[in-house]
Amino acid sequence: MSDTIQIAKNSKPKASRLSVGELMRSPAMGAFVGMVLVFCIFAAFGFHKNFLSLAGIANWMNFASMIGIVAIPVGFLMIAGELDISVGAIMPASAMTLGILCGPYELPLGLGMLITFAMAAGIGWINGILVTRTQVPSFIVTLATLFAVGGLTLTLSVIFVNRPQVAYEAPELAKALLGDRYFGFRASVFWWILLSAALYFVLHKSPWGNWIFAVGGDAESARNAGIPVNRLKISLFVLSALCTAFAGMLQVAAFNSAQSATNFPLIFNTIIACVVGGVLLTGGFGTLIGIFFGTMTLGVVQQGIGYTDIDRNLSQLIIGVMLLAAVLMNGTFQKLATSWSTSKKED
Amino acid sequence: MSDAKTVLELRNVDKSFGPIDVLHSIDLSVRAGEVLCLLGDNGAGKSTLIKTMAGVHAPTRGEILMDDKPINFTGPKAAQEAGIACVHQFGGTFPLMSISRSFFAGVEPTKGWGPFKVFDRKKANDIAVHEVRNFGITRIEDGDRLVGGLSGGERQSLAIARAVYFGARVLILDEPTAALGVKQSAHVLRIVNEAKRRGLAVIFITHQVMHALAVGDHFAVLIRGSIAADFKKGEKTREEIADLMAGGESMADLEAKVGIEA
Repeated sequence: MSDTIQIAKNSKPKASRLSVGELMRSPAMGAFVGMVLVFCIFAAFGFHKNFLSLAGIANWMNFASMIGIVAIPVGFLMIAGELDISVGAIMPASAMTLGILCGPYELPLGLGMLITFAMAAGIGWINGILVTRTQVPSFIVTLATLFAVGGLTLTLSVIFVNRPQVAYEAPELAKALLGDRYFGFRASVFWWILLSAALYFVLHKSPWGNWIFAVGGDAESARNAGIPVNRLKISLFVLSALCTAFAGMLQVAAFNSAQSATNFPLIFNTIIACVVGGVLLTGGFGTLIGIFFGTMTLGVVQQGIGYTDIDRNLSQLIIGVMLLAAVLMNGTFQKLATSWSTSKKED
Repeated sequence: MSDAKTVLELRNVDKSFGPIDVLHSIDLSVRAGEVLCLLGDNGAGKSTLIKTMAGVHAPTRGEILMDDKPINFTGPKAAQEAGIACVHQFGGTFPLMSISRSFFAGVEPTKGWGPFKVFDRKKANDIAVHEVRNFGITRIEDGDRLVGGLSGGERQSLAIARAVYFGARVLILDEPTAALGVKQSAHVLRIVNEAKRRGLAVIFITHQVMHALAVGDHFAVLIRGSIAADFKKGEKTREEIADLMAGGESMADLEAKVGIEA
């Protein structure tokens, strides 16, 4: 590896976008290498159990897509120096809202979705306002809203439909767009890819992305530079809530039912996906492609393991080890990135 | 030098927080192309004075004039728009962002239209690298490099170059050399001279007398919230200034005391 870097150093820094050095110091590199490594190991252990078949890949991609849709905006918040764990409650709350409104109360799906999005945006806004106004760490604020929203979802479900779950079958077109399988891949996989592309643009191409990195890097300097720090953070909390609500709707469309129990694993999964994807927990650093690969890796380990000879119970151990390795590696990749091309000394 | 225009002036400024008086009747002025060194020990009120000039605090009494017109800043943003830029030790730069993205944070150049405006990386890189190199940091030639890879002095220079590019007329440097080694400090002092040469009014806050003497045209020593001395270059020796900063107590006395205890 060091040879490659040496070559990159000696070439002109103005080389094309896809030079070896450019790729090597790309922050998504660690996530990509990790993903390939995990995939290869699992493929070796699962070759004869159809790990590499379309059905096998679709199985863990479907699982990953639901995490991925939430992990991207959560990653944005992490880059901006905040956490959002209320997603674990927003997902079932949104699913139940949609299920109740369009099921027993027979509202048209479009209207139901609109109300659900508005409800989720409201929660995200409250998160944002609380975090920016009170200076209480976002971990605590969203922990509070996680439980508050979770409790409210259960209570309201029992009040409205007398049960903590509700059945709802979406109309044909909506089902085709949001819930059906294509070659084994659920619609959510395509939505995940689409959302990734759109948010890639926001994070890495648009000026807003620059603001997100600046706010996470040093909020005070960002404020001095004229970036509306509070407004940006509130928007990011709303974005996170909206994406989570969308994931909840996809779930309803796919499984024809909604559950009101708080989705605790989602909280850990989104954070793990981001960290394995190279996002810095303290903010200021991360890439969308990294988060994407991180989510895929998580999907392989948690779900793809069923298609291999590896004992299913080991998946949690693997994730723990992977998380540690990722955090340690992220430091190395950052050093690589910051020290790159400083070889030229003139003064 | 004497015919240069006074850019920023403080007249009889007092600042108190509730019952605590921090600044007492401060009179200061700085002209274009001049470096005013503000010296003072810890707790002398330097930070409050900077914040008052940068629009963070409003003076309790007295007035601030810019170009001989009284002004009232509503906040740091207003002061910035009037051309007062404050650069803290590492202020204004983001270690894990590229040089050009850091340079243009908050005012990104874009191309494209409507919601599809994209950050114009090439333009940002070209301008940022050009501006920083103009300040003598020739080691930087790639705007994509991360700020974290720069030395402390270079980061300081980047922040100063940024302030100048965005139209600063008064540059307030808050202890820019405090955390730097000798070589890096020399680097920053060179940048200060360059800013002065370009006609900026520089207010250089430090407690290192040597650094102040190297670039200053005009010195003010702050003791317990008041200006204890206000003099021009060459009017006082290094020892006299050090004595003043120590609160009038002679440095020789101080050394003697330390010597006895050790």
